[in-house]
Formats: sequence, structure tokens, C-alpha cells
Amino acid sequence: MSQPQKAKHEQLLHISKRAALPMWKSWLIRVLSVVASLILCAIIIVLFTGDNPIQIYATMIKGAVGTTRRVWGLLQNVAMLLCVSLAVTPAFKMRFWNIGAEGQVLMGGLATASVMILFGSKLPPALLMIVVILASIVAGAIWAVIPAIFKAFWNTNETLFTLMMNYIAMQIVSYFVYIWSVPKGSGKIGVINAATQAGWLPSLGKHGYLLNILIVAVLTVAVYIYLKYSKHGYELTVVGESENTARYIGINVKKVIIRTMLLSGALCGVAGLLLVSGTDHTITRDTAAGRGFTAIMVSWLAKFNPLFMVLTSLLIVFMQKGATEISTVFGLNDSFSDIITGIIIFFIIGSEFFINYTVNFRSSKEVAAQ
Amino acid sequence: MKKLIALALAALLLFSLAACGGTSDGEESDFKAGFIFLHDENSTYDLNFINAAKQACDNLGIKAILKTNIDESNDCYEAAADLADQGCGFIFADSFGHEDFLIKAAEQFPEVQFAHATGTQAHTKNLPNFANAFASIYEGRYLAGVAAGLKLNEMIESGKITAEEAKMGYVGAFTYAEVISGYTSFYLGAKSVCPSVTMEVQFTGSWYDETAEKEAATMLINNKCVLLSQHADSMGAPTACENAGVPDVSYNGSTAAACPNTFIISSRIDWTPYFEYAIKAAMNGEEIKKDWTGTIETGSVALTEINDKAAAEGTAAEIEKVKAGLADGSIHVFDTAAFTLKGKEVTSYLADVDSDADYTPDTEVVSDGYFHESEYRSAPYFDLRIDGITLLNEEY
Repeated sequence: MSQPQKAKHEQLLHISKRAALPMWKSWLIRVLSVVASLILCAIIIVLFTGDNPIQIYATMIKGAVGTTRRVWGLLQNVAMLLCVSLAVTPAFKMRFWNIGAEGQVLMGGLATASVMILFGSKLPPALLMIVVILASIVAGAIWAVIPAIFKAFWNTNETLFTLMMNYIAMQIVSYFVYIWSVPKGSGKIGVINAATQAGWLPSLGKHGYLLNILIVAVLTVAVYIYLKYSKHGYELTVVGESENTARYIGINVKKVIIRTMLLSGALCGVAGLLLVSGTDHTITRDTAAGRGFTAIMVSWLAKFNPLFMVLTSLLIVFMQKGATEISTVFGLNDSFSDIITGIIIFFIIGSEFFINYTVNFRSSKEVAAQ
Repeated sequence: MKKLIALALAALLLFSLAACGGTSDGEESDFKAGFIFLHDENSTYDLNFINAAKQACDNLGIKAILKTNIDESNDCYEAAADLADQGCGFIFADSFGHEDFLIKAAEQFPEVQFAHATGTQAHTKNLPNFANAFASIYEGRYLAGVAAGLKLNEMIESGKITAEEAKMGYVGAFTYAEVISGYTSFYLGAKSVCPSVTMEVQFTGSWYDETAEKEAATMLINNKCVLLSQHADSMGAPTACENAGVPDVSYNGSTAAACPNTFIISSRIDWTPYFEYAIKAAMNGEEIKKDWTGTIETGSVALTEINDKAAAEGTAAEIEKVKAGLADGSIHVFDTAAFTLKGKEVTSYLADVDSDADYTPDTEVVSDGYFHESEYRSAPYFDLRIDGITLLNEEY
């Protein structure tokens, strides 16, 4: 094909990657996009419900942080979502699309619950706690390493593989929930070791979530350091950028894939531990509550930076909590709050486009010249 | 990073300004009732509770706060505690798995009355502010079963099937007492008018799984079941029946709109009487009965309209007759003369009324010639596998 004649055939608009924006500019775009999304939502609210949008936003904020209890609840939920997000991040950085966090969390939780049920009255408390912790981490890691091994040795599609593993995990959990159900056949385990609290993580702080939050805070820093400053972190980034480069400079790609997924799964196991032993003290097939999938968004929005993930998970939990309160106070169906949340997140994701790319219009001068 | 924090703070400020602008807490009711639901109005199970909660609070002229889509986890405790923070004097949760978390909240908020549907622990926990409730829905199932039996009779008389081919199908969730009690009473109702009836039960292993329920129903239809009923919360089974043209006795509410040709009748629990009773007790500072079982008399056991297009002639009259018999005690659903267990009549049965992890039977529930269902606690405990009913998969 011949070189197109630039002046004559230039498209009305074309998109090009732009040089890195100064930080204030990129954040200005982000804030503006949030403002724009709030305005669009306000229009939708007025059109479809006739309610006052400012009141709805106020309710949203009150629902998320209106009372001390809600603030603690918010932080607890941020911690749980963040923990799963931290777990998927090393894999994502390696371009290994682990969408099986849901199942890995469930398996970690199931291991926790199993040890609590089977050994709750048989082991001394300190030993029991150690076994609970180890079991959850190992279970999560095993569930994650299976697709990793298949990927490393036979190059199977990890996206499908990890996704399918979620459903297997759910069925396994359903099975054990049925086996251990109280009363018989009800499909509900109920609070495990309610009387003895055997295998429960100690509850700190007024609302009992402080330990969970602290553990996740420590993990956040640890994962940040691991990714940014450790040799492992460097290796998995190189594997993510280009497997051939990695091989060329002598990185054992198979080993890195398996090692990274072991870590990813282990962190999911910790999330399962915190949910079952630290929060719910029971397990159902909904224990992970979709966090395995929401975590993907948290991690991506934060560009795989664990410190930014604190903010993105806060944003998402804040909106979830706020949206629930909207449906309660205004008697709107939960789907309506989902629409609002969806629009806001869509705008935020969209803003990343305008930060990374620039849209060039054919200038009017050129048009006039034609 | 600094800029980032500054921006975050600015955004927060913006938000809080907006928050100050719009608040107007004009409405100030004396008493508030809080409700926790597992799903929202898209689930027939929860919709039944939501309607009753709204109705009862309207009747009493009090404010209701409804929280939907609350998982059976610590979320339930958080929701209950949040409702208590908002000043609710009565808090109710509708799903079985909510119970432990509601008890946790009840222990923390002794000044608030908590109530829970379908639960089993109130009488053993014995907290002054935690109560269970259910209804003698087995009576409603029995009446619906009568309608099913009459339909079978009509099919036999018209020569569509022989008496031996009168086989019903039932889609259940789990082999749990509530389900067993439900399908057995339905079967006994049908048998009371159509003695040759048999039944097959298929379990799905989930309280709400539209696909599995539809598949189970289709499987039963292929097994030559000529009439279906279900105890699972989705539209799966009714839809499969409508598609195959097989008559269906529904649950939790009418499915006539979606299944105009096959829907016969449906039984459901009307929770309005209980809500009114319990909220009134909470308002007056009285204790709510530990185990409250609604009946036909209290208006808790309700039947929907009969769909004449699918139901047999004379169904309404027969149901009225049986209903009167149930009300005056001349008919007992679990009359031991009406069913057998491995060919023998049941004269004694120890049920696991006080639930424990080892399922220890603890209470004699057969006396005066019938099984006393929902008397020793509100939640059902009838779990006998009687003759005439075949369970196709017991794994659940």
C-alpha cells in the first residue's frame, strides 16, 4: 500500500498513545470523571425515581460511614476485599489471569472450617490455631497451583482453568456444608464451636475486626515490597512482560509461574482464614461473596500497585455499602444501586483511557484547506 | 503521594458538603421495626415476607426498615446491629442461616426484641429477647394435596390414566425436616381422596436454583409423573410443568400468571398475623412467645385462588370441608392410621427437637394417634420416610 496522503485522507479523529501526564493532570482527569459520573447518575435518579439526587448521595455516604459501627464494617470489608486483591496481583503482574480467587478463598475457608470442626475439641488452643492457619494457606495454595502446573508444563489456558476450579470448589463446599449441617439435612453448618470459640482468631477492638484489618495492612506492605524490591518480584514482572526475554536472561519460567501462583493461592487461603475463623465462624458456598471477581477490578484499577489498591478497594466497598443503604432508605431495588455503582466505576475505568491516550481531531484549518 | 492524599481529602470534603446539604429527618415515628431478608423481591420466598412486613407495619402505623440481600454470614449480625443502632425495637430475619448471627445481636442488644422465621434454637438458647416462628404449613400443604388428589381422580375417571398410574412428582431442596414434612403432608392430602396415589421426590441440594429445579421437574415428568409440586423457591418447576402441560401445585404464592394452563393452587404462609402479634408485644414490652406456630385460625396458613382452568371440579368445596375438619381437630394431617412406615403403623417416634450436631433424638412426638408436628417447637421436625413415597436421590 502506498503512503496515504496525509492532508487529504486524515480521519476526523484518531487516537494515539500519549506521553505520561504529570501526576496532577492525571488525577484531575480522574476527579473530573467521578464528578461527571455523579452528574449523570443524578440525571438518571431524577428521571427514573424523582428522588433528590443530593439526598441519595448523602444517604450513600451515611450508609458507608454514618456511624462508628459502619466505619468498622467498612474497614473490615475493605480489608477482606483488599486481601483477595493482593492475592491476585502477583499473578496478574505475571500476566497469569487468575480468576479463580473465589474458589481459592473458598478452599482456604473450607480447610479452616474443617479443622475447626474436626479438631476443635481435640487439640490444645495454640496448636489448633497453628493447624488452622497452615491448613487454610496450604488449601488455597494447592487450589491455585493446580492450574499453574498445567500452564507451566502444558500451556493450558489458565483463565478457563482457574474459572472452572471456582465451580468445583463451590460444589465441594456445598457437599461438606451438607455433611456437617445442623440440624440434620438443613444445608447450614451454623456458627462453629460457638461455646468454646475453638479455632477462632482472637477478636480485637470494639467491633472485633481490628486483627483482620492489621493482618491485611501488614500483608499490603509485604506484597508491595515483594513486588517492587525482591528478586522474585522482578522475575515475575519480566515473565509477564515477555516469557522469551525471561528465558533469555536465565529465568526459570516454569518455576516462576508455579511459585507465583503458590503465593497467590496462599494469600487467598489467608483471606478464607480471615473470613471463616476471623469473621463469620461458619462457611457457606457464599462465604467469598464474589470478592474473588471484584478483586480483579480492584487490582486492575490500581494498576497492580498494592498501595493504590487500598484506595480502589475502599472506593468499591464504600459504594457497595452506600448503594445498599440507598435501597433500604429509598425503597429502591438493589439493582438500582448497582446501576449507580456501575456508572461510577465505568467512568473511573473510562478516565484511564483519557489518561493514557489522546484523541486528535482533524483541525479545522486542515479542513478549510481542503 | 501527597497530592493524592490532598485530592482524596478534597473529594471527601466535597462529599460531606453534599451530605450536609440534603439531610432532612422530618419523619419521627415512635416505634421502628427492622427486617432482614436473604434476597430481594425477585425471590418468591422473600417477597412473601416483604409483603407481610409492609402490610403489618402499615396496619400498626409504624415505620419499617427493610434490609434486602443480606447473606447468612456476619453480614446478618452487622445488619441487625445497624438496625438496633437506628432505634428499631423489633428486628426480624427471614432466612434459616441468619439464626446464629441474629442470636449474637440479641445477646448484645437486650433491650431489642429479635424474631426469626424457620429457626430452631429459641427454646434451647432461652434468651428473653429471641424468638422463633413458623406456621403449620403442613396443613396448607395437606389442603393443596387434596386439590392434587381430586385432579388425579379426574384424570382417572376420564380414562387419561389408570388408578395405578396416579404418580405425582415433587421437587425438594434438601432431605431436611421442613421439606420432608412438606412433601409428606402434600402426599397424605392427595392420598386422602385418591388412595392409589404414589409419589417420587427429587432433591436439588439448594433452596434456590432455577436450573436444577427445572431439570428435576423435567426428569420427574419423563418418569411419568402426572402432577407436580415443589418445595424450592424459584420458578423452575412451575415453568417446566407449563412447558410440558403437566398440572402443578405451587408454593409460596400463585404462579398463575406465568403458568395459566397448569397452575392448580398454591399454599403459603401469611406472615402478617405474626408480625402484628410480635411487634405489638415488643411495643408493649411483653415477651414474644419463644415458639410461635401460626395456624389456619390465626390466618397464617393461606391458600391462593384456585385456577379453574387446571383444577378439578368441586375442588373449592372439598377444600373448605377438609379445612373445617383440620380447624376443629377432627382431621389430623399426620394421623398414624393414614400412613405406614415399612408396612407398619407408627406408634412412637423420638424427634430431634433440640437441635445438636449429633442429631440426638430427644422428644416423643407421637401420641393420641397422631404425630404432633410443630407443637414442641415451631419449626417442623417430621422426618419419617413413609411408604408410597420414593426418594430418588438421598445425597442431599
